[in-house]
Amino acid sequence: MSGVALDPKTAPVFPMAARTALADTQMRKNVRHATDVIQAKRARVVAEMPDWQQLREAGKQIRQHTMEHLDFYLEQFEENCTRAGGVVHWARDAEEARKIVTALVKASGSDEVIKIKSMTTEEIHLNDALEAAGIHAYETDLAELIIQLGEDQPSHIVVPALHKNRQQIREIFQRKMNLPELGETPQDLADAARMFLREKFLRIKTGVSGANFLIAETGGVCIVESEGNGRMCLTLPETLITIAGIDKVVPRFQDLEVLLQLLPRSATGERMNPYNSIWTGVKPGDGPQTFHVVLMDNARTDILADKEGRQTLNCIRCGACQNACPVYRQTGGQAYGSVYAGPIGAILTPQLQQMHHAQSLPFASSLCGACYEVCPVKINIPEVLIHLRAKVVNQNTAGITGLFDFEAAAMTAMAMIFKSERRFRAAQRLGRMAETPLVRKDGQGVGWISWLPGMLGGWTQVRDLQEMPKETFRDWWERRGKNGN
Amino acid sequence: MGTDMTTATTISTSARTEILRRISVANGGTSDAAAAGAAWEHLAREYRRKAVLQPESVLDLLEDRLRDYDAHVERVRRGDVADVVAKMLATRGKRRMVIPAGIAPEWLPAGFEFVADEGMTAIELDGFDGVMTGSTVAIAETGTVVLQNVPGQGRRAVTLVPDYHLCLVSAADVVETVPEAMEGLRGKAELATTFFSGPSATADIEMTRIKGVHGPRHLDVILIL
Repeated sequence: MSGVALDPKTAPVFPMAARTALADTQMRKNVRHATDVIQAKRARVVAEMPDWQQLREAGKQIRQHTMEHLDFYLEQFEENCTRAGGVVHWARDAEEARKIVTALVKASGSDEVIKIKSMTTEEIHLNDALEAAGIHAYETDLAELIIQLGEDQPSHIVVPALHKNRQQIREIFQRKMNLPELGETPQDLADAARMFLREKFLRIKTGVSGANFLIAETGGVCIVESEGNGRMCLTLPETLITIAGIDKVVPRFQDLEVLLQLLPRSATGERMNPYNSIWTGVKPGDGPQTFHVVLMDNARTDILADKEGRQTLNCIRCGACQNACPVYRQTGGQAYGSVYAGPIGAILTPQLQQMHHAQSLPFASSLCGACYEVCPVKINIPEVLIHLRAKVVNQNTAGITGLFDFEAAAMTAMAMIFKSERRFRAAQRLGRMAETPLVRKDGQGVGWISWLPGMLGGWTQVRDLQEMPKETFRDWWERRGKNGN
Repeated sequence: MGTDMTTATTISTSARTEILRRISVANGGTSDAAAAGAAWEHLAREYRRKAVLQPESVLDLLEDRLRDYDAHVERVRRGDVADVVAKMLATRGKRRMVIPAGIAPEWLPAGFEFVADEGMTAIELDGFDGVMTGSTVAIAETGTVVLQNVPGQGRRAVTLVPDYHLCLVSAADVVETVPEAMEGLRGKAELATTFFSGPSATADIEMTRIKGVHGPRHLDVILIL
C-alpha cells in the first residue's frame, strides 16, 4: 500500500486488509520483533516503580478532570500563551486546520518546512496539503524520514517504521540519498540520516510540530522525543507552527510530574525519553520569534459528547496498547486503514470519522483486555469497543435497512428454536443435512467447512468450522441408557 | 503575506466560538476557574512525591542511570573541577568549546579555547567541538538533567547543535524523583526548559538503541560534590 495515504474513507475493511497483511511474512517478523523488544523493556521499567498503579490512577483522574473542564482550560491556555507572545488559532476540522497551517507557512515566507513526527499532522494529511500549495515538508524523525523517502505509511504511533528492517531501510536510503556505498548497521543508517538532515536543520526557517501536552496554567507546550530532531525543529527556525488536538491540554505544570513518568515508560520502555522540551510563547534571543498554536477539534467534541466513548480522549499516544495487542502483532498497523492503528486506533478512528467510516475496526479485537492492562491512563478499551460495536449495529439497523435486517430476524428465529426441545432436535437434524454439500474431509477423515453462505460467511471468513458430529450428546446419552453401559 | 494571515484569523474566530459551544453542550454547561480549581485539588495523588533514599544513595542512583544511558560520569570536589574538565576534554580530543554567558570562570582550565555564545548562528555553533554548561536540577530515578535559559546554561540551540556536551551538575541540585524536580521548577516554569536523559538516541531501526542522531552524540557529566 506504498504511497497511498491511510484514509479511513477509502481504506478496505479490516478483515480484507488483514488478510493481505498476514501474507507479508517479512512485515510480520519485523513487527513481532519490535513489539517483543518494547514490551520486555516496558515490563522491566514499570516493575521498578512501586507506585505505578497510583500513577496510573492519578493519570486517569487528571485526564478525566481535564475533559470535564475542557473549555476553561483551553481558554486559559489561549490567554497565557498569547500573553507570552504566541498566537493561538482554532480549527473545527481537518480542512480548516490545513488551511490555517498552509496560510501561516506562506506568511512565514518559506516554501519548505522541517517537521517533527506528529500524529495530528498525519491525521489531517498535512504534508499532501502543503505539497499542493507548493510547500515541501521534510520529516526529520528517523522513522518518519524512512516512511517519507520510502513512500510508505506509518504503522505505529511511537515507532512508525517498525515494519521495516535494516536491509529495507538501507535500500531506501541508498536510493533516495544517493549513497551506493552505505553500510547496513543501524549506526551507519543513523549517521546517514544525520548528514542528510543537518543541512536542512541549519537552513530551513519554518518548523511544524505537534504537541504532547499544552499546559493551561502557563501557556507552555511540552514535547517529548529521543533524537534531538524535535529540539532542532523547535529551536532553530524563525517561525514555529504547532498543531494540537484540543484533547492535548493539561491543567497545571505540576501535572507533568505524573504524565512525564507514565508516557516514556509506557511508550518506549525508558525511564525518561532522551529529550523533553518545554517552552512558553516567544523568548527573545532563544528559539523562534514567531510562534503559532493551532487548536484543532476534528470530531473530538463529538467524542466528548458520548458518555461511554469520551474516555478515548484521555489517550496520551504512548502506543503500549498496540504492542500488547495480539491482533495488531499479527497484522501490523497498516491493515487498520488509519494512522491510528491497534486497539486505540480501533476506538479512536471510527469516532474521529463520526462513525461513518472504519466501522469494521471495533470488531478488529479479541477483547482479551491486554490493552486495558497496559494503558497508563486506564482507558477501558474493551468497554469502548463493545459500546462502538453496539453503535455500528444500531446505525446499520436503523431506518429502512432495519426492516431488512436478517441478523435480527435470525436471532428471533434462534430464540424460538432454543425454547423447544422438539424444535432444537429438528434443527440439529436439519443442520446435519444442510451442511453435507459444504463439508470437505482432511487427511485424518475429519470434516471441515471453510465456506458458509450468506450472513453465516462472517464466521468462516477467519476460521474453518468443523462438521457437526454424526450423533448428538443427547442421542448418545439416550442410547447408552438403553444398552445399560 | 497579509492575506494569508487574514485567512487564518477569519477561520479561527468563528471556529473558536463553535468549538467552545460544542464543549459546553457535551459537558452540560460551561466551566470556570472556581469549579476547575476546586475539582483539581481533589485529584488522587497517592504516588511517591518525596525522596526515600539517603543523599549519597541518590547520587549513586543518578550515576547508575546516566551510565545506563551511555553518559560518562565523574564525581569531583569543588576545587578540582577545572582539572577534571581539562582531563575529559583531552580524552575526548576536544579543543574549541562554546560556553553560555555566566558560566563560572573557575571551571575553565587553561590550554583550551572557550568562546562565549553571543547569539551565534546555528552554522557557527556547528563549527565547535562541543559545549560546556551548568544545570538547574538532576533527577536520579530517571537519569535526567534539566537545563533552563539562565546564566551558565544559556540558549537551547547552544546545547543542541555541537556534537559533544560536557555538563556540570552540583550534588546539591540532585533530587530523587520526578515530582521533586517539577516542584523546584514550578516557579520558573515559563523559562525555555530542556530535559535530557543521556545523549541523543534512537531505537527506530530494529529497536536497536543507537547513540547520537541529531543532538550531541556524546555526553559527559561532572558531579560536583
